[in-house]
Amino acid sequence: MTQHMSPPRDGTGKAPAADGPPAWKGVLARADVRILSLLGVLAVLVLIGGVTKPDEFLDTRNLQLVLTQASVIGVVTVGMTFVIMSGGIDLSVGAIVALASVWATTVATQEYGFLGILFTAVVVGVGCGLVNGVLIAYGAMVPFIATLAMLASARGLALQITDGQTQVVTVSGVLDLGERDAYVLGVPPLVLVFAAVTVIGWLVLNRTTFGRRTVAVGGNAEAARLAGIDVRRQRLYLYLLSGLCCGIAAFLLIVLSGSGQNTNGNLYELDAIAAAIIGGTLLSGGRGTIVGSVLGVLIFTTITNIFALNNLQSDVQQIAKGAIIVAAVLVQRRTASTP
Amino acid sequence: MAPEPPLLSMSGITKSFPGVRALDGVDLDVQAGEVHCLLGQNGAGKSTLIKVLAGAHQPDTGTIRWRGEEVVLRSPIAAMRRGIATIYQELDLVEHLSVAENVHLGHEPVGAGFVVRSKAARATTAALLARLGHPEIDPGRLVGELPAAQRQIVSMARALSHDVRLIVMDEPSAALDPDEVDNLFRIVGDLTAAGVAVVYISHRLEEIRRIGDRVTVLKDGRAVARGLPAKSTPTREVVALMTGRDVAYVFPERPAAAPAGEPVLSVRGLAREGEFGALDLDVRPGEIVGLAGLVGSGRSEILETVYGARRPTAGQVRVDGRPLRPGSVRAAVRAGLGLAPEERKAQALLMLESVTRNVSVSSMSRFARGGWIDRAAERGAARAAVRELSLRPDNPDVPVRTLSGGNQQKAVLARWLLRGCRVLLLDEPTRGVDVGARAELYAVVRRLADEGLAVLLVSSEVPEVLGLADRVLVLREGRVVHEAPARELDEHRVLDLVMEGSPAA
Repeated sequence: MTQHMSPPRDGTGKAPAADGPPAWKGVLARADVRILSLLGVLAVLVLIGGVTKPDEFLDTRNLQLVLTQASVIGVVTVGMTFVIMSGGIDLSVGAIVALASVWATTVATQEYGFLGILFTAVVVGVGCGLVNGVLIAYGAMVPFIATLAMLASARGLALQITDGQTQVVTVSGVLDLGERDAYVLGVPPLVLVFAAVTVIGWLVLNRTTFGRRTVAVGGNAEAARLAGIDVRRQRLYLYLLSGLCCGIAAFLLIVLSGSGQNTNGNLYELDAIAAAIIGGTLLSGGRGTIVGSVLGVLIFTTITNIFALNNLQSDVQQIAKGAIIVAAVLVQRRTASTP
Repeated sequence: MAPEPPLLSMSGITKSFPGVRALDGVDLDVQAGEVHCLLGQNGAGKSTLIKVLAGAHQPDTGTIRWRGEEVVLRSPIAAMRRGIATIYQELDLVEHLSVAENVHLGHEPVGAGFVVRSKAARATTAALLARLGHPEIDPGRLVGELPAAQRQIVSMARALSHDVRLIVMDEPSAALDPDEVDNLFRIVGDLTAAGVAVVYISHRLEEIRRIGDRVTVLKDGRAVARGLPAKSTPTREVVALMTGRDVAYVFPERPAAAPAGEPVLSVRGLAREGEFGALDLDVRPGEIVGLAGLVGSGRSEILETVYGARRPTAGQVRVDGRPLRPGSVRAAVRAGLGLAPEERKAQALLMLESVTRNVSVSSMSRFARGGWIDRAAERGAARAAVRELSLRPDNPDVPVRTLSGGNQQKAVLARWLLRGCRVLLLDEPTRGVDVGARAELYAVVRRLADEGLAVLLVSSEVPEVLGLADRVLVLREGRVVHEAPARELDEHRVLDLVMEGSPAA
């Protein structure tokens, strides 16, 4: 800890001792460097897409598709960001999405129509989050283990429910949401949900006591406890939140695919964690931003799209993603002032 | 006989950490075959000095000469290769490995290039353990299964498994029974007879008398005495060197009238098995009560138990006559308790966050409606608290990690001030705080008390307790051995009480 002295661009050094905002401006500027670099990467990607496939990539329908695909994983990533910020991890998000999507699309559930599907997806997500949270917060289980167990069980249960079959959705209200008629000013409803979750997530993290407690628990759990914060309850809430996001994502996926499958959400946990990490979230907790994570999601989705348009195989995509994660972390190590 | 150059000669060693100068030009000479004792109170710089010697810290300035030749110890391995081994207080053993594996960690005997020759490792380990008087320790057992005393022996065996010329022992007797201490001293005697030098750190003066050859006393990061004869220097002189100071601390005046009124905090029969015994104490509003004692006397444990961070095995804590739910920090905070813990960075501060957020963390609900934080109100209140304590810089938006130790402590106090707490528990409040900033901190604490706060203060720095507190409880090994108004005690008396076995010469 003591080896790293604060680099010069750090708060006080720059801030004149006078009153007013210079210090928070410094903090803002530092956050901006990270966000700006992510925006820069995204801009370069768009440029690459525009140059290699000018007609197809910049086509409105393609951009709508990219954003729609980003929406499902994006909602999951917002929840994941909160969990990682608190120093935890949720490996079960993909499996929860799968379980919620199949439970919400059984023949029995579909009888209750649109709201039945939405309600079931959300309740299943929150229920799984509750199990995770109780095990971790009150059962003192390591998040990695508890959510790994949930990953296995939820996938298994999803397979049991579907017996490996695709459950086609017949409720027209749900299917209509994915149609072009439902677009609001050219924006698909799924993207609007993603945007809403992002905004709410940002507000909760930055403007509420819940967000503050999350950061405090992640930054220094012992200090948070001794400051009078109920650390265990906070942890429980965080896994509930992640489960809720998975439930919403499951619903979006049902709309997008018109079905529920036990293979849904495969490897979402890795994509969500990777997006949060390249967005600047500290895996040890205490630092991160919703905007960064969302940009991380957009970057990944755009890469996937560009590779697909250029007929590159998914193995190349995976390699590129891996390289980006490493590069992002290395860059952040440079810019971040490690305490 | 021409004097041989010392085995080790450190000169002008300085080492600073953010906000505090831990070592300020320390010199240390150690001769081959001697037991050189390092003495000093907490925070005097002993640990930092031995970490520099062990290659774990790099000094900012200063030179180290080893066997007459200037060396740079870049890493613990570099130090070990030269024959400098360190046995730390918190033993650095791997619990899930066997005794033999721990002893040979990092230099396993290998055959065919990489295959560990376990049998050979066990044999040499067994020999080392026998040499240390503990042939009964099985080299094949897991270290995690051994009692503390035997772990110490393993740690020592590891040090001896290298070709060692100097061993640093950091409070080796702290975890040992009297029998085991005798064995330890026999080992030290064997080592020195073989020409190995021992740097021995202890709080216990009578141990130093028994085995020490020379003593170096550290105080506030400086060596205030070097190479004193260990056996003949009077206790008084050693104690005075440890505690006497170049900088006279200015302590605020006590109020003329003794604080009256009902105690706001009363503790009855509080105990934690193995840590401290049945403890009774009362603190009234406006009163500062000090607990004086050495490391291991149970001071911090008492504060943390009162605060609910540890669950007592017996007894009760009452605030305003109402019993607190035991083992609940939240209940304590709600009742009006606040803790400024010993390890500020690990236990109190959110190092990535601004001063404002560190100050407001315990009172967030005051600035929130429906969970929504009014940031302007929060910032204003934090700023007011920061100004009231004259925290520097007075801008509450700077990251708390950029503050000096004293100002970080003020940020913690501001947290409780903002919370409106009524009983402040201070654990080593000036640990890591620059000498110059201490007087200011003392004045702040006294002013808060004058405004009606009840303060329970723990410190290993006896002058601090005597200068700041109204009433003092002296602790030894978890029990109160003396209680008196601070003005009726002096430093030497307290140190005599605190230091087991040292005569009141």
